Amino acid sequence: MSQERVSLSKARQQWVGWQRMLRVQRPGDLFFRGITLLFVLIVLGLVAGTAWILISNSLPTIRRFGFSFLTNKAFDPVHDVYGVLPAIFGTLMTSAFALIFAVPLGLGASIFLVDFCPRPLRLILAFLIDLLAAIPSVIYGLWGFLVLAPWLHNAGEPWLQQHLGFLPLFTGQPEGVGYLGAGIVLTMMILPLIISVSREVMLVTPIAQREALLALGATRWEVIRHAVLPFARVGILGGVILALGRALGETMAVTMIIGNQANEPSLSLFTPGYTLASVIANQFGEATPGLFLSAIIEAGLILFIITLITNILARWLIASLQRQAQGSRGGRP
Amino acid sequence: MDQATVEQTNRSVLRPMGMSLSIEQLNAWYGRKQALFDINLTVPPLSVTALIGPSGCGKSTLVRCLNRLHETIPGARVEGRVIANGLDIYGRGIRPMNVRRHIGMVFQQPNPLPTRSIFENVAIGPRLNLGLRGSRLKELVERSLQQAALWEEVKDRLHSPAISLSGGQQQRLCIARALALEPEVLLMDEPCSALDPISTLQVEELITYLKRQYTIVVVTHNMQQAARIADRTAFFLQGHLVEEGETQQLFTHPRKKETEDYISGRFG
Repeated sequence: MSQERVSLSKARQQWVGWQRMLRVQRPGDLFFRGITLLFVLIVLGLVAGTAWILISNSLPTIRRFGFSFLTNKAFDPVHDVYGVLPAIFGTLMTSAFALIFAVPLGLGASIFLVDFCPRPLRLILAFLIDLLAAIPSVIYGLWGFLVLAPWLHNAGEPWLQQHLGFLPLFTGQPEGVGYLGAGIVLTMMILPLIISVSREVMLVTPIAQREALLALGATRWEVIRHAVLPFARVGILGGVILALGRALGETMAVTMIIGNQANEPSLSLFTPGYTLASVIANQFGEATPGLFLSAIIEAGLILFIITLITNILARWLIASLQRQAQGSRGGRP
Repeated sequence: MDQATVEQTNRSVLRPMGMSLSIEQLNAWYGRKQALFDINLTVPPLSVTALIGPSGCGKSTLVRCLNRLHETIPGARVEGRVIANGLDIYGRGIRPMNVRRHIGMVFQQPNPLPTRSIFENVAIGPRLNLGLRGSRLKELVERSLQQAALWEEVKDRLHSPAISLSGGQQQRLCIARALALEPEVLLMDEPCSALDPISTLQVEELITYLKRQYTIVVVTHNMQQAARIADRTAFFLQGHLVEEGETQQLFTHPRKKETEDYISGRFG
């Protein structure tokens, strides 16, 4: 009887021990989750903080000008009247220009690098392209100002005007500095970014996909068109967005070649203009506290919002492409 | 003459008795490493030939040499001859993509194009090679899916994505894709190794059915499978063709000791 009780209580003890073993909270996961959560909060905090500083410091001009800040052409510290319409226009115009040229060029170059280029040459070219991405923007700016702008002024723009002058893009006085120069410099700056990102994603196309096409008697181009590009398009789009972000925010090089004049928005690429970033870079040295400084910060706020909107649009685009790729039932990769 | 007409004329020349392949003195390398040594093998028309052997014996390399896919791997190289209908596919002036268009292939892992629909996956070969479209293309897609025994399962959802199919269906889709080009020879590189037993059975039945119209070479790990479906079987070991003959005979009275060891399960 008593012996039975002893063994029962022992069994119970064992069971409790077993339960404890399965239930024990191991600190590793908890700790790791806490740390990573903290990092995310820091990043969120930085973004929120940036937005807060931009908004709070631009309150004077927001109160004073309201929406007319977006539609006003003058940025005039002498009369204390501020507007950034030309800068918004210039930012979008030069970035669009850069994307229109850099995306096809970059895609073409990366297709060549991945599928047509002899191996040893491929390594050298890829290295050089990555090097291009590492050149400081002030060097691109110097080149733009000292080499590109004079050439555009004397040869490039007159030639365009003579042959394509019927397009509104190529009307007006050739000045060298302006949207065209800035667009070209931006194209060159984002090109290496687009090339290396698309090259990386195209390189990891599954061999099985390429061979599926090859086994059907496809040409090299058909393999790229039907196997590589559908696989890589999401990644390529990601690269393009990175590039767009860089183009929108690029300051130094653009400031050096865009001409920095608050001109009426015009389709003519020859017009000297402004971008939001170059307004800030140009003006903040002389800025005095008050409306002037507030106007500069509001320009920054608008740039922040434009970047935010383009990124949201891009995310949405990527997500819809991914949904399409995964099909209606989704799941299987 | 447009390309489709040329194709049709050729077909009437090539089709009735099917195409045979004869492999002569074939050697293949991956970089410095030699994978195949002096292979001589004849694949009779309208029959199933199975290539068996342990992993790394070169059987997959050999089928990849038969449609000139081996050489697309960087550093890979082939020497020797593969005579198809009297013409060496490694001969001068022969374009690999034209060879691949007539010698179809099905891979180990089903590899449908993930962003395309079921219809598009089958239509892509004829579209690229013959420029077919419209109703002729639709008929061809339907016929190919029927031949691959998939039509009944997918006819109501031809435009859903190919990756919504199960693994076995995906493999039959890949077979339909290869058949849509109406190849003379169909190469299959372990077509069932990623499939469950029921799908495997379906694909095996399909192979037996297809040999009435196509010359088939199938690589397999599974000796029972070879015994079930193949008319002739070739046994490979370390890049060498050890023995080749009628399936029945090879499995019951192997001539070489290595073959006997392998089929009785002593290694591999």
